[in-house]
Amino acid sequence: MANQETKMNSGWADQDHVPGIKSELMELNMGPQHPATHGVLRLLLETDGEIVHKCTPVLGYLHRCAEKIAEGINYKQFVLYTDRFDYLAPVCCNHAYVTAVEKLMDVEVPERAEHLRVITAELSRIASHLIALATFGLDMGAWTPLLYCFREREAILDLLERIAGGRMLYNFFVPGGVRYDVPDEKWTADVLEFVTMLETKKVKDYNQLLSYNKIFIERLADVGVISQQDAFDYGSTGPVLRGSGVSFDCRKDDPYSVYPKFDFEVPVGRGEMGTVGDCWDRYMVRVREIEQSCRIIRQAVDTMPGGEVHAIGLTKPVKLPAGAAYSRTESSKGELGHYIISDGGQMPFRNKVRSPSFCNLQIIEKIGVGQMVSDLVAFIGSLDIVLGEIDR
Amino acid sequence: MNILTEMIRGWFGPDKMSDQMVLILSAVTLATLMFVVMALCALVFTWMERKVAGFIQSRYGPMRTGRWHGWAQAVADMLKILGKEDIIPAEANRFFFSFAPILVLLGSLLAWAAIPWSPNFVSADLDLGLFYIFAVSSLAIIGILMAGWASNNKWALYGAARGAAQMVSYEIPLALACIPVVMYTGSLNTSDIVIAQQGGVLNWFLFRNPFIFVAFFMYFIASIAETNRGPFDMPETESELVAGYHTEYTGMRFAFFFLSEYANLFLVSLIASMVFLGGWWSPIPGTDFAPALTFIIKGVLMVLLNMWVRWTLPRVRVDQLMYLCWKVMIPVSLTCVVGAGLWMMWRGQA
Repeated sequence: MANQETKMNSGWADQDHVPGIKSELMELNMGPQHPATHGVLRLLLETDGEIVHKCTPVLGYLHRCAEKIAEGINYKQFVLYTDRFDYLAPVCCNHAYVTAVEKLMDVEVPERAEHLRVITAELSRIASHLIALATFGLDMGAWTPLLYCFREREAILDLLERIAGGRMLYNFFVPGGVRYDVPDEKWTADVLEFVTMLETKKVKDYNQLLSYNKIFIERLADVGVISQQDAFDYGSTGPVLRGSGVSFDCRKDDPYSVYPKFDFEVPVGRGEMGTVGDCWDRYMVRVREIEQSCRIIRQAVDTMPGGEVHAIGLTKPVKLPAGAAYSRTESSKGELGHYIISDGGQMPFRNKVRSPSFCNLQIIEKIGVGQMVSDLVAFIGSLDIVLGEIDR
Repeated sequence: MNILTEMIRGWFGPDKMSDQMVLILSAVTLATLMFVVMALCALVFTWMERKVAGFIQSRYGPMRTGRWHGWAQAVADMLKILGKEDIIPAEANRFFFSFAPILVLLGSLLAWAAIPWSPNFVSADLDLGLFYIFAVSSLAIIGILMAGWASNNKWALYGAARGAAQMVSYEIPLALACIPVVMYTGSLNTSDIVIAQQGGVLNWFLFRNPFIFVAFFMYFIASIAETNRGPFDMPETESELVAGYHTEYTGMRFAFFFLSEYANLFLVSLIASMVFLGGWWSPIPGTDFAPALTFIIKGVLMVLLNMWVRWTLPRVRVDQLMYLCWKVMIPVSLTCVVGAGLWMMWRGQA
């Protein structure tokens, strides 16, 4: 009877060919300290040899009560907390938050500020995607692309340091504009130069070294396939959704800022190496997005008007009328939304963050099952999660 | 060996010692010498690995320790590792846990005995030299399994299971790739194999027979897998298994694994140079001025090639590794054996 039960519960028990010897699944703790979990993600695995039979993510190791903190401070002060959500693309996080505040506040953001926002946000997106490529390569055992990608990211950090003063957490946006204007004329020239260098040389290098490497493709093609329906069901956004062949990008489909002015494409997974929605597709979407971001930056720099960069000043606390606003923006990981409820005071009544990494991660419970441990590592890497954003 | 026994006799006076005593003394001397050379090689290669990795990754690698390009970095690391606490996990099997690193090191150390460094210097000039090398280097598998199992750590167990499967499998193409050469020499004696390649680069086995040329690449791929280095570093797989079979090891015990990895790396490179690349013979006939140096340079070049591969390619998955071995490399190696034999008959080289 007991034997029958085990057989009903799981297929692996069929392999019990030695009578009297009981075999059971091995519980395996992957993380929170594990090199492939991109921070402090913890996965509870049940494995049969190399095959994963159950995969449960355990979260909360980086929880910093950011949403609660928002309720106790002024709208302007909270910008610097958004930096800490997705610390690999902090400017994109700023963007989502200030857009929500401005929606409620009804303030006209100067055109120049919007251009600077787009330029810095796209630079930040490139930096984030570069890290995604780098760490993904590392997960696959390729060390060298890591250093190459970090070299280019370093150039982006230098550019952002010159305009925002920080190298990692910029606190660059304020409701109603950006904090600083372009430091000097050379900055825009340097941005263009960097973008050209990245487009013409570096992306080719990455493709040669990593993307079209035979071993790399073998590892990723047909691995961790997310079907379109699954991507919809689990609320995936960003490169994860686009990797499954869905062309959805908030910059295009629900435009904000000055994105409608610019001409760019939304790359989607096409299943070139295997199935649509496999790990390679998600990876390649990021590589192609780097190129598209370069296009956007070039246009934004070329058409940047003069004038002020902030509408309501930097220091005075902001007071919002009572009401609620939701804004969504396309961060490097996907749709990043802020839902702000104001009761008319200087602080929000509630600030709910919809973070893309959190929503993208939950699909692992479905896709992770039946994969090999190595493929699970590839799958986590292809999701490109940032734990700062998941736990907030 | 003979020279050494003569020297020892000379030092102690001709009649002071029995023959057995002299033999034991010279064996101990040679073993110590080999161990020192091996440890030095490991030091040099760890430094070299960092510099090569740095060069490939557009950075410098160690630059400070010892002033000139950080030459003393490996020494400093060794000293540091000597001072580390030796931790044995509470639930580990103490005996096997402490014995495993020694066994792994022993495997590579024993294999070094049969390497023909120069016409006059082979520590153990065995008739079954090549066979002996492959046999004793398999000891490492037992050590790795032991380490993984005794650690009582699931990641270590994964690493050990993968490592054992991989090394057992890849020994087959490794040995098969050397068989065509043995068919030429008719001897497994390592010195004989090198002597048969006298007379310039065209007499190296690599260029004597197209099938051996293919077999060389089979050997090279299998040797990467045999030394557990990227892209076949399944037992370690630091992005998947934390550190694989040596996850729980610290201090000198870890250093033993480390040492044996580099000793093995040099060993397989030396075998490649010995079997396929003419051993101590220089490429141009009549210029054999420094046989041992020529041999070592060839070995170091093979090591460089190994490092180049490691720092360029991503890692394969464990089932793909097995597929590559059983379904690609073993059939190709077998074909090479048959093909080389037919070629020998056709060209009348047999």
